[in-house]
This record gives sequence, structure tokens and C-alpha cells, in this order.
Amino acid sequence: MSQFMETFDRLRDEKRYAEVIASVPYARLMGVEFGEGDDGELLFSLPFYERNVGNTTLPALHGGLIGGFLENAALLHLMWGRESQEAPKIVDFSLDYLRSGRAQTLYARCEITKQGKRVAHVLIEAWQEDRKKPVAVARAHFLLSAGS
Amino acid sequence: MSHADAANPEVLKAMGELFVSLPHCRTLGFEYLGTVGRKPTLRVQWREDLVGNPATGVVHGGVITSIVDTTSAVSVAANMQDYETIATLDLRIDYLKAATPGKAIYCTAECYRMASQIAFTRAVCYHDSPDDPIAHGVATFMRGSNPKPMLQVEDKP
Repeated sequence: MSQFMETFDRLRDEKRYAEVIASVPYARLMGVEFGEGDDGELLFSLPFYERNVGNTTLPALHGGLIGGFLENAALLHLMWGRESQEAPKIVDFSLDYLRSGRAQTLYARCEITKQGKRVAHVLIEAWQEDRKKPVAVARAHFLLSAGS
Repeated sequence: MSHADAANPEVLKAMGELFVSLPHCRTLGFEYLGTVGRKPTLRVQWREDLVGNPATGVVHGGVITSIVDTTSAVSVAANMQDYETIATLDLRIDYLKAATPGKAIYCTAECYRMASQIAFTRAVCYHDSPDDPIAHGVATFMRGSNPKPMLQVEDKP
């Protein structure tokens, strides 16, 4: 197991969410936060930062940034659930943009739809004020490593 | 590289510069290298703060998503007769192999169908040659997505 995964495991066991984000450089650059929601499931959030804007006239969050936030949420969701010995490798990622991401906090939730020995399928949903009005929905496949 | 083959060279030049100047693209350090035919190329240098897996130093997939989205949008601009606002409808990325830590990533995109309301694009990300890709992306864009133009030449940022 890599040193990163050993550190990750320890931070997870102690629920040191902010330090988990700090250990993934691009997640830290985006400004991602996460924790357990009221139902005990992981809830990811991204407070609004001007550096994440992709349309200055609306203004709206950058579509690629929304993708990165969702992909990162799926990755951490899998790692949090001890689904892989090393960081899962993304195989493909498909994203539907439903509404523009406004200058507000963006939230995301993940659901592992299928967990095989080698591959996991994850659904991800992002919203802002109203969960019934998603900003984007995505799905991803990840390769897992069983380790030695 | 030039803009001569674009549907409207002035629109492509302005939109190409606009798209890489957007705050998130500046954050990532995207550079617009130019367009051959109607295929634009962007570059992002490897940086420590763009890494997704600290154990390997491989760039986060989200950076690939952003450069595919942005380069694909520029490829739509290469087919625009006049300024218009576009919005990504959907995007799919196949991660063909891990990016090499320390190396710049290039993305070249093509709008292969410009329909009246929808634009269809495909893109590849690579280090040295598009024939040896890291990732492949397809996307669709809604044309005329907002009556408020993304760019008016007089108030360009």
C-alpha cells in the first residue's frame, strides 16, 4: 500500500475530512469540502469561488470544474468505503449538464450502483438550492485494485 | 497555426482567447495554441496542484474534463458564422491511459457536426502525438443557449 493510502486510511478512520481534501492537490485547488450528512451518507460541497467560474456574464461555474468536482466526489466516495486497496483508476466518465451552476454552493452525492471485484460503477448527482433540480448528473466506471 | 480556415476567423480568434481567459481556465493555466483547419489545440502544463493521485503524481481527471470541455467549445467557435453563446449539454471522457507526471497535456478538438441547434464535438488529449492519446472525449453543445452574448468585442475582459 502506498504511503498516500496509509495516510488516507488513518484520516478516514479519524474522520479528518479537511485533511483528506488537503491530501488531494486538485480537490484542494477547487475548494472541495465533505462530511457526513444527516443520514450518515457522504455529502460533498463546493462553496462558490470566483476562480471556478467558466462564464463571467451569467456568471456560472465552469462545466469542466463541475465535472472535476463530481469525478472527485465519486473517487473519494469509493475510497471512503474501503472499496479499493489503492486509489481507484477512472476508466470513463459521462456527464449530463442540466442547469447552469450559479454563484452558490454546489452539492454532490454518490451512489455505488455496482461493485464488482475489478470495476465499480458510480452514479453522481449535483445540485444547488433544491435537490430536485439537479445541476448535473454523471456516471463513472473505476478500476479497483485488490492489492496483494 | 492560423484562423484562416474558420467559418469566421475573427469570431474564432476572439472566442479562443475568451475561453482560455475564463477564471477557471486561468486557474488551471490553459493556453490556446491556435487552430489548424478548424481543429484548435490547448495546452496545460503539469503542476503539483493539479495532481489527483499524490502517490503517482498523475494529473486529476477533472483537469482532463476541463480541457476537453474548453477545447471542444473552441472547436464549435471555429464553425460559428457570428458570435453566439453555447452551453455544454453532455460530455463523455474515456481515460485511455494515465497521463505522465511532469509532462504537459495537449488537447485537440473538432466539431464534426454543426447542426442548427446542437454542435457535436470530439477531442483527444495527448503528450507528444494525437496518435498516442491519453484520453478521448465526445461532447454536445446547445447553440444560442443564452440571449446574453458571452462575448461582445467592446466589453471583452
